[in-house]
Amino acid sequence: METATLEKPDAMQLVQNENILNVNNLEIYYGEKRAVNGISMDIEKNSITALIGPSGCGKSTFLRSINRMNDLIPGARAVGEIIYEDLNILSPQINVVALRKEIGMVFQKPNPFPKSIYENITHALKFSGIRKKKVLDEIVEESLRKAALWDEVKDRLHTSALSLSGGQQQRLCIARTIAMKPTVILLDEPSSALDPISNGKVEELIVELKHDYSILIVTHNMQQASRISDKTAFFLSGDLIEYDKTEKIFTNPSAAKTEEYISGRFG
Amino acid sequence: MNSKTADRIATGVFVAIAIIIISLLVGLFYFILVNGVKQISFHFLTSPSSNLVAGAGIRDQLFNSFYVLFITMIITIPLGLGGGIYMAEYAKPGKITDIIRSCVEVLASLPSIVIGMFGLLMFVTLTGWGYTILGGALALTVFNLPVMVRVSEDAIRTVPRELKEASLGLGITHWHTVKTILIPSAFPSILTGAILAAGRVFGEAAALLFTAGLSTPRLDYSNWNPFTATSPLNIFRPAETLAVHIWSVNTQGLIPDVKEVANGSAAVLVICVLIFNLLARTIGSLVYKKMTATK
Repeated sequence: METATLEKPDAMQLVQNENILNVNNLEIYYGEKRAVNGISMDIEKNSITALIGPSGCGKSTFLRSINRMNDLIPGARAVGEIIYEDLNILSPQINVVALRKEIGMVFQKPNPFPKSIYENITHALKFSGIRKKKVLDEIVEESLRKAALWDEVKDRLHTSALSLSGGQQQRLCIARTIAMKPTVILLDEPSSALDPISNGKVEELIVELKHDYSILIVTHNMQQASRISDKTAFFLSGDLIEYDKTEKIFTNPSAAKTEEYISGRFG
Repeated sequence: MNSKTADRIATGVFVAIAIIIISLLVGLFYFILVNGVKQISFHFLTSPSSNLVAGAGIRDQLFNSFYVLFITMIITIPLGLGGGIYMAEYAKPGKITDIIRSCVEVLASLPSIVIGMFGLLMFVTLTGWGYTILGGALALTVFNLPVMVRVSEDAIRTVPRELKEASLGLGITHWHTVKTILIPSAFPSILTGAILAAGRVFGEAAALLFTAGLSTPRLDYSNWNPFTATSPLNIFRPAETLAVHIWSVNTQGLIPDVKEVANGSAAVLVICVLIFNLLARTIGSLVYKKMTATK
């Protein structure tokens, strides 16, 4: 929460609008084992929030709970609240299919469908009822442009997506996600499987996307977090140790553990 | 003995085993084909068999084999695919699923003669049909279904989990994901499995002895109405298949050229199974290319 905005007359209104997600006392269990221990945090709208921490700290588990991907894991359950547009995402009444259209996800390993580039994007659109070829063509072009992939693939839209390089595949996965016009995009270590040049392109793209979307990104790469994110959350053993502006976390962290982690003393 | 020698010995042993397997296979094919191929002629393939005179053919048996196979696959593929999808995608891990899986495995390892006996009881006596193609096909389904379930389940399980997550993550329902991502990705392996299973069914004799019978009525190949007695397409007629024919001429044949007919039939059978296997490979990889590349 920025103090600067509080000085404005409609401060309360602004503050309310600024957060896209409110997490309250979220606990996540795998069977008996608790992976996330009661965390609370607010995620800002149209900004990039980075989740960092050593392997097994619960950051990916937390990320995957936001669009209920943990439902696929037998024995996983979440307690607490994640509020999105006045609804608790974790409630059993939530229509998970509709939720995942609003909150899209890009995975660690590029996972295009074994179909053509064009079909990769239209697959979910067709399912959601868009059938007109003209509309589909427009969305394909628009999302590929936004994902900075259009110029590279426009002449071979109908060839297999598997013929693309790893970096292009990952940008296609991002394009496929934004084609659904979500409000939030979750990125789970999106560039860890890519070479440095592809990584750079994906990072540029993510920064570009924050104008239209709210972005949460899990990353192992601390340079990446400091380069692209507005706020950073540091997780350790299922606890949220520190959550602040990225600048503050990387220059003057309040917690000793954060300082140790970002200076590379463990993890 | 140092590790280098051990390594050499291991390599040698495995090469030797491979040579044994290959020579067995080559020997078998050589024996069957050399003895049988010279019996195969247009006349042999297109004339009806005889119980008494020499120089008869295997026309009806050949047709019956393919027709029984066709009916079996029509029943097996939807059931097997459905079972495989259930086991891979919907069954929750636990006791019941384990029991179902054990049942499928036991079914797969039942001796085919036992399935034949079961078929006799179930599809011949209980239904009152007598020896019929349908009874034979149902017995073969019992024999073939576990393989088909297994093949489909494995094929769907080997589709990378990332693809399923990608589809669900885009707000697509489970069923639509199964239908548009999992089945198409698994299709080449399912097809290969189905064709290989078909080869097994094609050569099966024991399960058919008591279900489809040892005789074929006089068939009129110009009659394509499946509801008439002389139509080859009638599924309620007895039908001796090629594999059963080999068994029956060898054990109770009165014709003077038993050996020639048996050898010729065996060669035809082996060639058909070989073709099934080759088809499985080529069609599987063709479909895979077609599905992953452009439409």
